[in-house]
Amino acid sequence: MIRLLASNAILVGLVISVLGAILLPVAVNRGRRDWMMLGYAAVYTNFVLVTVATLALVWGLASHDFSISYVAQVGSRATPTFYGIISLWGALEGSIVFWAWVLGMYAAAVVWFNRKREGNLVPYAATTLLLVVLFFHILLVGPANPFHLVSPVPFDGPGPNPLLQNHILMAVHPPLLYLGYVGLTVPFAFAMGAMLSGEVASDDWIRLTRRWTIVAWGFLTAAIIAGMWWSYEVLGWGGYWAWDPVENASFIPWLTATAYLHSVMVQERRGMLKLWNLNLMVGTFVLTILGTFLTRSGIISSVHAFTQGTIGYYFLGFIAVVLLATLIMVAGNSDKLGSTGTLDSALSRDALFLMNNLFLTVFMFTVLIGTLFPLVAELVRGVKVSVGEPFFNRMSIPLMVGLLFLMGVGPALPWKRSTWPELRAKLIPGVILGLLLGAFGIWAGARNPYSILAFTFAGFAAAVNIGEFVSGANARVRAHGELWPVALSRLISGNRRRYGGYLSHLGIVLVAVGVSASATFRTEREATLQPGETITLAGKTLRLKGVWGREEKQRSVIGATMELLEGTKVVGVVEPRMNYYPTSAQPVPTPEVRTTWSGDIYLNLMAFKQDGSTATVKVIWEPLIPWIWFGGLVICLGAIVGVLPARKRVSAEADADGATVAAAGSAS
Amino acid sequence: MNWKRALIASATAAPVIGLLAWGMTRDPNNILSPLPGREAPAFQLAVFAPGQGELQRPMGDTVRLASLRGKVVVLNFWASWCLACRDEHQVLSIVAQSYAGQPVQFLGVLYNDVPDKGRAWIAEMGGQSYPSVDDPGARAAIDYGLYGVPETFFLDVNGKVAYKHTGPVSAGVLRIKIDSLMAAGAAAPAKGDSVTGDSAKAVKAGTGR
Repeated sequence: MIRLLASNAILVGLVISVLGAILLPVAVNRGRRDWMMLGYAAVYTNFVLVTVATLALVWGLASHDFSISYVAQVGSRATPTFYGIISLWGALEGSIVFWAWVLGMYAAAVVWFNRKREGNLVPYAATTLLLVVLFFHILLVGPANPFHLVSPVPFDGPGPNPLLQNHILMAVHPPLLYLGYVGLTVPFAFAMGAMLSGEVASDDWIRLTRRWTIVAWGFLTAAIIAGMWWSYEVLGWGGYWAWDPVENASFIPWLTATAYLHSVMVQERRGMLKLWNLNLMVGTFVLTILGTFLTRSGIISSVHAFTQGTIGYYFLGFIAVVLLATLIMVAGNSDKLGSTGTLDSALSRDALFLMNNLFLTVFMFTVLIGTLFPLVAELVRGVKVSVGEPFFNRMSIPLMVGLLFLMGVGPALPWKRSTWPELRAKLIPGVILGLLLGAFGIWAGARNPYSILAFTFAGFAAAVNIGEFVSGANARVRAHGELWPVALSRLISGNRRRYGGYLSHLGIVLVAVGVSASATFRTEREATLQPGETITLAGKTLRLKGVWGREEKQRSVIGATMELLEGTKVVGVVEPRMNYYPTSAQPVPTPEVRTTWSGDIYLNLMAFKQDGSTATVKVIWEPLIPWIWFGGLVICLGAIVGVLPARKRVSAEADADGATVAAAGSAS
Repeated sequence: MNWKRALIASATAAPVIGLLAWGMTRDPNNILSPLPGREAPAFQLAVFAPGQGELQRPMGDTVRLASLRGKVVVLNFWASWCLACRDEHQVLSIVAQSYAGQPVQFLGVLYNDVPDKGRAWIAEMGGQSYPSVDDPGARAAIDYGLYGVPETFFLDVNGKVAYKHTGPVSAGVLRIKIDSLMAAGAAAPAKGDSVTGDSAKAVKAGTGR
């Protein structure tokens, strides 16, 4: 019943998205406003239909309806209901359903907030969105249909992949990732809309788009950090990033989106880089689809293996269509996108943004080439190779250090041109803090030059970005006689995007310090202990109290209880575990992390004797790791500040931006 | 629209799409099993589902790979939680039945599952003609380098792995492989245990319950 309802909802959604995508361009050509509204209604209706299909699948998962093929594939009666429901995005078909739902939601939101807008930009953007929606409907009707009938109906299923039901971040990372990844379709749709409607030369659509881009970028950033955290918490190796193709797939579009958020300001302020920005915007979308193709088609070997099937061919076809359509459109419109401004000085914010874009683009190509290289190598030389951490670390660390430096210089520079005396005053605090932090790094034992540079530039960038808040607020105090906190908050709300950006910079500094410290000062020890024996690492002593076992509904658990000692006093208990799931030959390690102000004690149970007489544990001291997660939070706060509506007195500009209404609506 | 530029730009897409299309013809996980041509890893596993009629083996009977010399062995790894195993279940059962009385041994190996659930599954699927053994701790699965279920290994009369099939197996594949292995076995009789000796053993095991 539920199954049929959902299948039909998707089928009708497919038909409606076709009708809408045909109707909207016709309406534009005939100048029929009423038809246009009908086309918009198609977008809303599609959203309702995919919502029905998604809820049906959620219901199927919650009620163990094993007649639905997806439920039979990932469901199990023993799995806790919560993990059962979130396995909606645990395997291929369900994740495509969820994707279609997020896309439907974005499409409906874009149309709703811009429904009153004159001109042909929005109808064409809606057409683009409907065409992308159509592709996902085709997937859901074809190779990724989760609603096949299973007969006879199995009594029970295998349950989700053990790794996907072992940690709460399974409920956090994937939805954030989809909100970010799918959200990048919106700027793409606006770009295509601008080109199709001939409005590409005006900056109007750029203003319309930027807030959507910040929203998607914020979600993507949060998703990447949450993914790092998840892998750190569940995989038991104490790391958070492995340059796995799937991680890269999320990182590559992040780099181009970040480049766009910077370079778009050059276009707004100086009338340059129009063609470049358009390329970044459509390129980011192409890269998200490429990333999805790489992860879903089984073309590249990855730990994040999705089951493969014919879906890869569909994605390949889609990439081909999207790539050709965007290349033709962008190149065809390139005549209209000449610069109206010029670069005046190398010592200006404009020039720094160019450098920033250069670094980010090179970074993007580096990661992309590293990810695709196994494919090229097999084509050219017929050998299977894998490109791992050594390549990516060697290539990316200098780029990251360079970006950190630019992040410190950029905010200090004014637009157009600058002079040394002007700059000196702004940079001096940065240089002092940078040298201090660099010296601290050396004192703490850092010897790698990149690591020392990273600490130095992190201090530098932190001081300069904080300096922007301080000097801006001070100026207001002098000019308006406001209290300092009032001045600060008015400073920020007067130019939210700018100060939101600086706040994100500070978040990046925290992440950078966390990454360099944990990479430089990490220590680990492994030992086989009998109850009562202790292991000491980085001044922390842990004593094994005992090994225990426990049967749970969906798994059996072996754990080791370790006491954290201070002198002879027990100050805490840490319990690393191993979870055994019936459908997996290998136990799922379940490390336990104890966070202190200076870092994490990361404890993983490696092995144990059946009789409980010994346990082998690995202890890792992870300095400043929590700074990475906290830094991620600060970056996202920056994004939130950046998209919040501007204060009333600047509402003239805000009215032009539909997303303002969205934010205002949710805020009130 | 500047069509000339558009045309040039769109030509740059060709190599990228070409590379990805070529990549689709590859399977990065398809690292060939090193087993075919080698001695099959030995095992001794207990029967938990006896099978039916002629092909039956007693519950709890220990099946040793060594005792199956002289027969073509079809080793099918499966689990009750495996959806694809449902597809091949009937095919295996019927084909096994059709080789009854010939030197062919079908054996199911339960992978990461509980015998009770395995038996319930067999009952639900309408029975299975040949016996299945339990593989506690997935020892045999590890020895055979199992990547997932279902996987089916074909062993020749000398106890060597001749062929490995990944995913649900079809009647055609089963018959072709079994027939060719039986023909090869008849042309060059098994070393060590002779065919007759082995079937005598099987009879003994059958009467010993």
